[in-house]
Amino acid sequence: MKAIVIDPSDNIVVVLGPVAKGDEVTWKIGDQEFAAKAIDDIPIYHKMASKDIKKGDPIVKYGQHIGIAGCDIKKGNYVHVHNVESHRENLK
Amino acid sequence: MNFWGYRRPDGKVGIRNKVLILPASVCAADTARIISNQVEETVTFHNQSGCSQVKSDLELTMRTMVGFAANPNIYGTVVVSLGCEGCQMDWVVEEIQKRTNKPIKTFIIQECGGTIKTVEMAVRAAKEMVQEMSMQRREEFPISELVLGTECGGSDPTSGIASNPLIGEVCDRLIDNGGTAILSEVPEFIGGEHILAHRAVTPEVGQQILDVVHRFEDDMRRVGEEIRNGNPTPGNKAGGITTLEEKSLGCIHKSGHRPIQAVYDYAVPVDKKGLVIVDTPGNDPSSLSGMVASGATVCIFSTGRGTPTGNPIAPVIKITANKITYGKMSDNIDIDCSGLLEAPENMPQMADDTLQEIINVANGKITKSESLGFTEIAMARVCNYV
Repeated sequence: MKAIVIDPSDNIVVVLGPVAKGDEVTWKIGDQEFAAKAIDDIPIYHKMASKDIKKGDPIVKYGQHIGIAGCDIKKGNYVHVHNVESHRENLK
Repeated sequence: MNFWGYRRPDGKVGIRNKVLILPASVCAADTARIISNQVEETVTFHNQSGCSQVKSDLELTMRTMVGFAANPNIYGTVVVSLGCEGCQMDWVVEEIQKRTNKPIKTFIIQECGGTIKTVEMAVRAAKEMVQEMSMQRREEFPISELVLGTECGGSDPTSGIASNPLIGEVCDRLIDNGGTAILSEVPEFIGGEHILAHRAVTPEVGQQILDVVHRFEDDMRRVGEEIRNGNPTPGNKAGGITTLEEKSLGCIHKSGHRPIQAVYDYAVPVDKKGLVIVDTPGNDPSSLSGMVASGATVCIFSTGRGTPTGNPIAPVIKITANKITYGKMSDNIDIDCSGLLEAPENMPQMADDTLQEIINVANGKITKSESLGFTEIAMARVCNYV
């Protein structure tokens, strides 16, 4: 299944179709192609980790922090409300 | 690029020609509805406020009502009040006349002798106003006269990736042609306010952007609430948006890339060209109402989950990049831009086409929400929507 990465610094990708556990998910950054095996089922347009993310580290989408990992997240894991905590940062 | 619109005596240019039957309070709302039902080419809305409010809250209601009357899509206004409400008739008229010199007629239910007598008199006045209005012809104007409100609602990840960036490209094109675009929904700046602040035309405007965001959060805390308990919505999450910050970073793409010229309070008239912010909540009907009361004559509204929302005063063009949603709700959604997800290189062409569709609607093309007759509104409150 194809996925979109919005910013090269993102640690998640957005899948463009429903993904079943074990499916290969592919994405491009520029001309470079990447792939990972999904560890979980992932609904269409939801997020999959494209890198390992340690508990407490930021989830990065649009090149910005959208929350912090509530537990260790592995590349290929489904990333959503079950493993992400909302976190208010002081932004200026 | 030009469109065909209506020049008002106050100099502004509208794209619709309607008489507004304005209920000054909830107590006049049904009487206003009955009047509007009798007279073609009039519009009204259900006002839930206008009385029994604290001062700052009442002022928000007043500004919104007055902004509707002053909106250039309105030829003139028939105000209907009960008589004893907080938004007293002489105050309503005074505030409308501060913003516009368009035709105005007034009827007070307690003085006219009840609903049926008020309806009889107001219907006659509204009919006369509509007849005068019907003599006005469209004239050609440059698109620099357009004021575009931007909205996103029932958002999902496709909004932030495709439909909101598309709206942003459309805003850039309109602004480069001298027009005005409004970014709204301040709670959906949270997590992206620093990006917007850096795009402000001056450090002062940048600080204003940070201030309205912090004010929103402080207002919620003052009533013991946390904004995240109401936003993102269950549907946002089911669609794949995890946090408010993620929603915000998608939302602000609607503003494109031009500098932010000014920040206006809810329903305060926009008097600058280019990209501006109006301080509205994220709730769609109240955000649209705030922008329309600030002067937006046409709105573009992205959705991921699908939404029917319209507005009685300004046409609302609905757009989605979620192909499943468009398939299910094409009766409500005007534009399908889902192709952008697979082929982002089509963005420039899609932006040109979308701007052309806005011009078509400005010229008189009826949107899907207009064809369904949608008139829902909401007005911001002191304890606000999120």
